[in-house]
Amino acid sequence: MDTRHFQVLRVKIVAVTLFFSLVPLFALGITIYHEFSASYRSKIAAAARSLAQNRRNSLELFFRERISQLTTVARTDTLGQLRDENYLTKVFNVMQAQSKSYIDLGVIDQDGNHVAYVGPYHEKLKSVNYAEADWFHAVMAAGVYVSDVFLGFRKSPHLILAVTVVEGNTTWILRATINSEIIEEVVKEAQVGRQGDAFLINKNNILQTASRFSGSILDRPSTPDFSAAVGTRVEEIEYAGQEFLFATTPLTYPKWVLVIKEDTREELTPLLHARYMAALILAGGVLLVVVASILTSRSMTNELMRVEREKASADELLMHSGKMAALGKMAAGVAHEINNPLQVISEKAGWMSDLLKSEEIAASENFEEFQDCIKKIERQVERCRSITHRMLRFGRRMEPTQDMVDVNLVLSETVSFLENEAHHRDITINVEYENDIPRVTTDASQLQQVFLNIIDNAIDAVGDFGIINVRTGVSNGSGRELFVEIADNGPGIPKETLKKIFDPFFTTKSTNSGTGLGLSISHSIMQKLGGRITVESETGQGTTFTLYVPVL
Amino acid sequence: MENLRVLVVDDEEDFVETIVKRLKGRGLQAAGVTSGQDALDLLETRDFDVIVLDVKMPRMDGIQTLKEIKKRKPLTEVIMLTGHGSVDSGIKGLQLGAYNYIMKPVPLDELLKQVGQAYERKLIEEGRLGSTGTVSE
Repeated sequence: MDTRHFQVLRVKIVAVTLFFSLVPLFALGITIYHEFSASYRSKIAAAARSLAQNRRNSLELFFRERISQLTTVARTDTLGQLRDENYLTKVFNVMQAQSKSYIDLGVIDQDGNHVAYVGPYHEKLKSVNYAEADWFHAVMAAGVYVSDVFLGFRKSPHLILAVTVVEGNTTWILRATINSEIIEEVVKEAQVGRQGDAFLINKNNILQTASRFSGSILDRPSTPDFSAAVGTRVEEIEYAGQEFLFATTPLTYPKWVLVIKEDTREELTPLLHARYMAALILAGGVLLVVVASILTSRSMTNELMRVEREKASADELLMHSGKMAALGKMAAGVAHEINNPLQVISEKAGWMSDLLKSEEIAASENFEEFQDCIKKIERQVERCRSITHRMLRFGRRMEPTQDMVDVNLVLSETVSFLENEAHHRDITINVEYENDIPRVTTDASQLQQVFLNIIDNAIDAVGDFGIINVRTGVSNGSGRELFVEIADNGPGIPKETLKKIFDPFFTTKSTNSGTGLGLSISHSIMQKLGGRITVESETGQGTTFTLYVPVL
Repeated sequence: MENLRVLVVDDEEDFVETIVKRLKGRGLQAAGVTSGQDALDLLETRDFDVIVLDVKMPRMDGIQTLKEIKKRKPLTEVIMLTGHGSVDSGIKGLQLGAYNYIMKPVPLDELLKQVGQAYERKLIEEGRLGSTGTVSE
């Protein structure tokens, strides 16, 4: 059996199975992961964009409200009314009731003089002239002004809101200071996660609110410069050795840019988790496929090997029976050819015997010798006759048939075939036939082949001066079986060999003397006849084969 | 057994020669030929009660010869002598009207017994047919 061939086949099956199952598996896994990843990333980007726009709207709303409040106050009251600091205080209190963000309120005439002031820094600010200040020029030019955040002498971040009012031919300014903490609060709400950050920068890339990680207020942020941003943008930027998602959106008024920074890794944690799960499932799938393909290929090749073995043994059986049929034909031919001369010898001897009865020869002195010779010739002819008849019967039996068979007769014939060989080697064959065993319907020639095989093996096994006991009888159990026991006192068969003894091609003889098929063929013949064959052996004690033939 | 006319047909000349001598020695009117054709030729001129016929002969074999004999002399009994183990040829002979078949080598006593029985059957057949008168020889 060429096991190497089957190993190669097995490897091929495994390789092909793995290839065709793993390629789609990986393709599917990778595609799904990529699609999922892309959609998840776009979802995160969309969320960041929406957060940025939302915060921007809140900030813009805040500024619009403050400006409109200031404008309302300025338009509804005259300069004359607001010059009065008591009145201004009343107005300021009303404003502060609506928004705590106001720190102070001042009225400045067109020459930059602080004509009225309400707030905590009355002494310092009352006498200040703003004619040279940047914001004064800006508000006089634009009508509305929002400053960047600054510390000023107050040492706390704040910003200025100012509106101009044209009253007749004079122009005056209502100016409020706003605590930038309020803005910071609004911006801080966009600081998501552990690594998230959000802040405002002015057009010079100076922080207008305190950031969490990117620098303190009025510093330059450590992030890239987004001060020139136009429209809302979301982009992934690698900086400081890490990937971050930046959502930037410019405010219309003041001209600041809201920057929201998110840690990509943190945001993508569910995706990483999904990737981990996918990898785990993929690994499990691969393992299953590998195990399944190995198991499948193993069972397939085992089955193939079994079929091959069976086929080989069937082929051999066929060849063997072909050989036996040819042998039978030859035996019959030889027997026939010998029968003719035997017949002549027999007749000649008979004629001589007839002649001896005539008187002249009866008186001869060697008469007795002649008579003895003729008797011996006749006896030998009879002996030959029994041999040739047996050969003829043997030849006839090579065709498969079903007959009423006397097992004892078949067995004794087989034994007589082999007795000669046994005799030459001083082997004793003891027979013990039970007389009244029932006849069985079976194929006598096949049965004879089995007897021949087993007894022949026994003769080989026992060696010179061995003993073989052949016994027949009715099986103790049901009585529906006959048994034929062939026991030898040879060296016996070791246990591990005993298991393989009926396997095709198993032989302990040298390759030239045996095909290793005898017992295998015997086994399959007995199965075909509905019987069975068993073996018992003990090393050093001999071997006993028992054949069971069913009685129908 | 006196006056029993036996013809032995076998291609083995030594066998035919000896057995004829022995049969004659036992008082039978025996004759022998060594081929089927010779047997048929002899039957033209002589009648026999029993013919011992070898199955396997060159040219014309026993079965063919049997057919011819039965065609010409239906009442003559034929014993097939077969050296061949095949029961088939024996059975075929029986189907074609042979009295029996015997396996070679056959002891003379056995042969004589069979010949005697065949002759008895012939006599019975002849008696039966003779009384009805359907066939005359």
